[in-house]
Amino acid sequence: MKYTKAKIRYNRIIMVTFLICFFIHVSAQETILPANAQQETIALTNATIHIGNGKIINNGTVIFTNGKITAVSTAADTTNAKVIDCVGKHLYPGLILTASQLGLIEVNSTRSTIDGTEIGDMNPSIRSIVAYNTDSKVINTLRSNGILLANVIPDGGIISGSSSVVQLDAWNWEDAAYKMDVAIHLRMPSLLVRSGSRGGRGGFGGQQPAADPVKSGLEQIEKVKIFFREAKAYLTESKHENTNTKFESVRNLFDKKQKLFIHCNIVKEMLLAVDFVKEFDFDVVLVGAVDSWQIADILKQNNISIILNQLHDLPAMIDDDIDQPYKTPGLLQKAGVLFTINDDDGNSRYRNLPFNAGTAATYGLSKEEALSSITLNAATILGIADKTGSIEIGKDANIVVSEGDILDMRTNIITQAFIQGRKIDLDNKQKQLAEKYKTKYGIK
Amino acid sequence: MQKIKKILIGFLFLSSTSQHIKAQETYPVNDVANPKNGCYAFTNATIVRDGQTLVQNATLIIRQGKIEAVGNNITIPKEAVVIDCIGKYIYPAFIDIYSDYGMASAERQQTASGAGAFFRTQQLTSNTKGAYGWNQSIKSETEAYKIFTADDTKAKALRDIGFGAVLTHQKDGIARGTSAFVTLANQPDNFIILKDRAAAHYSFNRGTSAQSYPSSMMGSIALLRQTYLDAQWYKSNPSSEGVNLSLKSWNDNQNLPQIFEAGDKWNDLRADKIGDEFGVQFIIKGGGNEYQRIKEMAQTKALFILSLNYPVAMDVDDPNDLRFVGLDDLKHWEQAPGNAAAFEKAGIGFSLTTADLSNVTEFMTNLRKAMEYGLTEAKALEALTKTPATMLGMYDKIGSLDAGKIANFLITSGPIFAEKTVLLQNWTQGLKNSIKDENWYDVKGIYTLTANTNGGVKTFSVDLKDAGIASFMGKDTLAGKYSYDGKLVKLSYVEGRGPNAKETILSGVATGKIWNGRGSDAAGNVFTWTANFDKKTEAKADSLKPKQPVVLGKVTYPFLSYGWEQMPKAENILIKNATVWTNEKEGNLNNTDVLVKNGKIIAVAKNLTDTTARIIDGTGKYVTAGIIDEHSHIASSSTNEGGQSVTSEVRIGDNLNPDDMNIYRQLSGGVTSSHILHGSANTIGGQTQLIKLRWGANDQDMKFADADPFIKFALGENVKRSSSTQGNPRFPDTRMGVDQVLMDAFTRAVDYQASLKAAEDNNKKKGATPIIVRRDLELDALVEIMNKKRFITCHSYVQSEINATMKVADKFGFVVNTFTHILEGYKVADKMKAHSANVSTFSDWWNYKMEVVDAIPYNAYIMHKVGLNVAINSDDAEMARRLNQEAAKSIKYGGMSEEDAFKMITINPAIMLHIDNKVGSIKVGKDADLVLWSDNPLSIYAKAEKTIVDGIIYFDRDKDAAMRIQNKNEKARLIQKLTIAKKSATPGAGGAGNFRGARPRYEIINTCGDHYHSHGLLGIDVDDLENNN
Repeated sequence: MKYTKAKIRYNRIIMVTFLICFFIHVSAQETILPANAQQETIALTNATIHIGNGKIINNGTVIFTNGKITAVSTAADTTNAKVIDCVGKHLYPGLILTASQLGLIEVNSTRSTIDGTEIGDMNPSIRSIVAYNTDSKVINTLRSNGILLANVIPDGGIISGSSSVVQLDAWNWEDAAYKMDVAIHLRMPSLLVRSGSRGGRGGFGGQQPAADPVKSGLEQIEKVKIFFREAKAYLTESKHENTNTKFESVRNLFDKKQKLFIHCNIVKEMLLAVDFVKEFDFDVVLVGAVDSWQIADILKQNNISIILNQLHDLPAMIDDDIDQPYKTPGLLQKAGVLFTINDDDGNSRYRNLPFNAGTAATYGLSKEEALSSITLNAATILGIADKTGSIEIGKDANIVVSEGDILDMRTNIITQAFIQGRKIDLDNKQKQLAEKYKTKYGIK
Repeated sequence: MQKIKKILIGFLFLSSTSQHIKAQETYPVNDVANPKNGCYAFTNATIVRDGQTLVQNATLIIRQGKIEAVGNNITIPKEAVVIDCIGKYIYPAFIDIYSDYGMASAERQQTASGAGAFFRTQQLTSNTKGAYGWNQSIKSETEAYKIFTADDTKAKALRDIGFGAVLTHQKDGIARGTSAFVTLANQPDNFIILKDRAAAHYSFNRGTSAQSYPSSMMGSIALLRQTYLDAQWYKSNPSSEGVNLSLKSWNDNQNLPQIFEAGDKWNDLRADKIGDEFGVQFIIKGGGNEYQRIKEMAQTKALFILSLNYPVAMDVDDPNDLRFVGLDDLKHWEQAPGNAAAFEKAGIGFSLTTADLSNVTEFMTNLRKAMEYGLTEAKALEALTKTPATMLGMYDKIGSLDAGKIANFLITSGPIFAEKTVLLQNWTQGLKNSIKDENWYDVKGIYTLTANTNGGVKTFSVDLKDAGIASFMGKDTLAGKYSYDGKLVKLSYVEGRGPNAKETILSGVATGKIWNGRGSDAAGNVFTWTANFDKKTEAKADSLKPKQPVVLGKVTYPFLSYGWEQMPKAENILIKNATVWTNEKEGNLNNTDVLVKNGKIIAVAKNLTDTTARIIDGTGKYVTAGIIDEHSHIASSSTNEGGQSVTSEVRIGDNLNPDDMNIYRQLSGGVTSSHILHGSANTIGGQTQLIKLRWGANDQDMKFADADPFIKFALGENVKRSSSTQGNPRFPDTRMGVDQVLMDAFTRAVDYQASLKAAEDNNKKKGATPIIVRRDLELDALVEIMNKKRFITCHSYVQSEINATMKVADKFGFVVNTFTHILEGYKVADKMKAHSANVSTFSDWWNYKMEVVDAIPYNAYIMHKVGLNVAINSDDAEMARRLNQEAAKSIKYGGMSEEDAFKMITINPAIMLHIDNKVGSIKVGKDADLVLWSDNPLSIYAKAEKTIVDGIIYFDRDKDAAMRIQNKNEKARLIQKLTIAKKSATPGAGGAGNFRGARPRYEIINTCGDHYHSHGLLGIDVDDLENNN
């Protein structure tokens, strides 16, 4: 690797700055500050640029000003830009977590730290954004793995409320809001006959059905349909003596300003979700969709997109191909279904999103397809592809710089990241604790 | 009166209810005395004495409820009532030795519900009142004969299918006390108890006891083992125990036949193993899936009791439901009726029981099905007569038709198991019970009927056929019907068709071959009639033989998808030209060959050749040692015995479960050995079991041979029940208390060891009064720890508890071998280093509970840098498939070298498990536990292509691809078979009415109990289940 003097000096400045920062806020995540708005034009040069749409530009430059990307090419003019040499490094669009309870649940086992699940069956007016905690200790551990945006979803009941997309560098939830209320979440009653007291999906299993799950599930779904029929009628009339908040809160679904995210897994449930599209003409996205590979053609025909919740999972069925979850994305890709890979793991707390995509690349996707599945596809599904999801001119400068392949844990070493052009602090509580004890033991 | 020989017809309708064998002498009589000798002679019968011996044209004499004589050329006593049994068969009546006939059902106690088993509120002591033992599920004091009350409704149901005697006990508890052997005669209880204390009974199921301990399979096993020891000790009348009626009864019951309800193939082996330890050969009540491991069943040398409850067929009309039907469930549906036949073929003795049938009327149908699958008639009869009687040591009294035995026998119209044979009478203790007496006399045949009508005498030749159909043949042949109830007859025929049809009806009495009566035609004219029997019609062949050969799928090992039809064998294998990561000082070698023979690594070098070896091209590929998972919960039937805070007596190795798909799935991720740990529900958990992932092997053969034994300890939130939703009554409730549980346990162990030593010294002295110390399995394990014969792996999170536990170990002079989880290990790495502990951790899990909020992914790296031996473990059935990825995270989080990172899942865990002399690296002489990877094994893009254990390729991606197709084909075949079965099934019980909706095949996933990792759509966390298995 060749370094020019200027570059070495710049690196040294970074090192000094880092050391200063280190001494200022050692062991104090509370002093990891959100970055200020982008002041000067920045050029990331000599990098391998993974656009996010499947394309790669080798030895390319990305320039951004006022938070927006202004140039992406091999021959961009870096005059007046602060140049950051990224030779040997890889640039990626900020990774997007499409369905998480980030900022709503701090510690899974401890009730008082949980704001994720509301009581009641029909809560269309619930909004996750108002409870999003920008000071969650989890957030910074995602940024340092390349995740810069997250859709924060409410849980509970059948209609759980609206989720919002947040950017992960904010003082408060209003700052964080990247796009508010992108989707309303419907949790399809499970149509699987249960044998235990609770299904295998923890909080994501929907309602526990009675003896005949199909019958009682269908009854519940019919109730939801009645709700939407009544809402539609109500919304057609502009004046009301008594305001119905629940009906008002689904207006944007009918206007297609919001999508309907239906959480479901098995074929019968997914077919019923398709039925929703047909009756109400909603924009429907399926979340979970473990068996989506079985009806990929139907999903494609109906323009339904998919959020695969957890790739690192056991197969649905004991007899399934042992790598079924790993290869599902490849099957959906082949069928032309728009999908995104999510990471909803409660133990590693969402940060393994890139590695879930990496596994999909081992079992059927190309690496760039795998990247798209956690960037541009995710942005498209969340309705924010006009602003982010790829490194393209006019989009927000949501960019991650990695030492190597972001999908492989050996090389996912994030050196810099920008959200809307702001260079964010990649420190986190865990790095600080590591530094504290490395100091104790004299580990360099 | 005595001299009157009643003719056949005359005796048919005697009611049995008023019969008495003899008057009970102590009972006053409210009548005139009516003594009888009950002497009967059954002549001209085909007598099947014992399944082996069939005597034609024979006579059976009974008197006073017993058989007096049987055979040919027997003088009939003058006082005998003679019954002509020409054309009839006589068999010994059946015996069912797994019944609870006449027992009141035990009442289930209230248990706290709502919470999962893991954090349920606990009842720590027994609720049984009286001078009984400490554990409510040990009910050895129960005596069936004291609570027995005959119930003739239930007795009749059993008599109707041929049973004459049952062994009955209360099916409740782990030790269930004794059973009584009773007949099914409708007699006062005093007469029908043949033996009051006939056998002793056991199970793994604590039954109605709501006491927390035992809450697991391994806990049940430990409780049984400890009770054997306690009962032995109790014989010395230890003053410290006082009166313990449970132990007293236990001892009293030992000389009886010992019957164990195991209920599953693996449980059968577990029960037998307990018996082996204490010199007891149990008779094992099986579960119906023994055919899947028949070789192991034979090795138990046990006799078995088998029920005939086969899986209910599933509806297969909805492909979306079929998606979730398990291949193993389908295969079991197909093969279960062959269970008894498999026992016969393997030469294992067994008796049959009606237990577990939803309705006893299914018994004969299901037995015939077993015969279609190859069970012979002789063996079936033996399993219902001689074998059960012999099991109880009662064959000298019952179980065959021999002089001196109890007169329990059956009279049938033909060979007993033939489909058309009718059971006519079932005699119990010399008393008749009519079953289908009306069929005694086969009235079918040709008769000449003469009707003296107004219009003159009409004569028909009447053919009486099956199912009440009659043909009246005169000028024309007229359709008709008939009925016969043993005495009264009815006949009818129709003349003309449609609206002009006219029916003539006849009724009368059958007196032997001559029938008389009156008739009435359509116009109301009455007349008399007579019918004379002419001849029998030619009978069609009966269906004794299997209709068609039964075509079945294969038993696979294990009995799951991807199971082997034949267990694979070790091969000579030469992997050529691969990149070999040795984990030895040679490091990573390029273009190197590895030669495997007899399960061992023979050579690691360039350009090896071997003509006997299977050559595997490793060009561009990587070879590593197999992955060793230090912390796993797969392949076991239970994980947590949470009934007490100290359960060092329980052993995971007692309840291994080879039928776990995760064994295969983890082989596909390169895992070759797993350390199966007890859960974290209590401070001192159970003994662990190291296994090799020998897919298809049985429970014992999976065990890693000659490995040091370990035990699981746990600290922190789980053991202090932090997540209990209903309060925690169990000590400890704080980390302060956890420390004291450890201190107390080892203090007791020190004293125990001293008292054992003192007793040993004393007992060596001549003339000394022997001192008998109660052997305590719990303390035995702790003594082993102190003597460095057993080693701890300790679930631990926060630095305070880690530190405190090392202080306890220091005090008692041992080392905590391994701290597992150890997520705050980085905070006390120096202290653990000084203590010489090993550490085994997660790569990046955190913040799922309060004690892991300071967990960091740099933990492994820091501990490694401090000089600790570090492993990365899974504790998770899913993550174990990707341990290579988990290890690789330390390259990202800290910058560990690839070589060091990979060692964390191979040689490092081998070192901490004391098996590094056998596995963990690629070195000549070590076990050939190897993985061939498609790519750098730490890369996210790497797949294990072949996983080898002991030189046997247990996972091969090419074979896996072929097996996927094979699985699909087999499932399709079975679904097709079910579809045909459904179409051809008759409505009602046993037919189409017996189909049930398709049921999803859920998978039980054992976990530590506190994680939030997903285990597939149909994975059920074992802690979410309410049962105790």
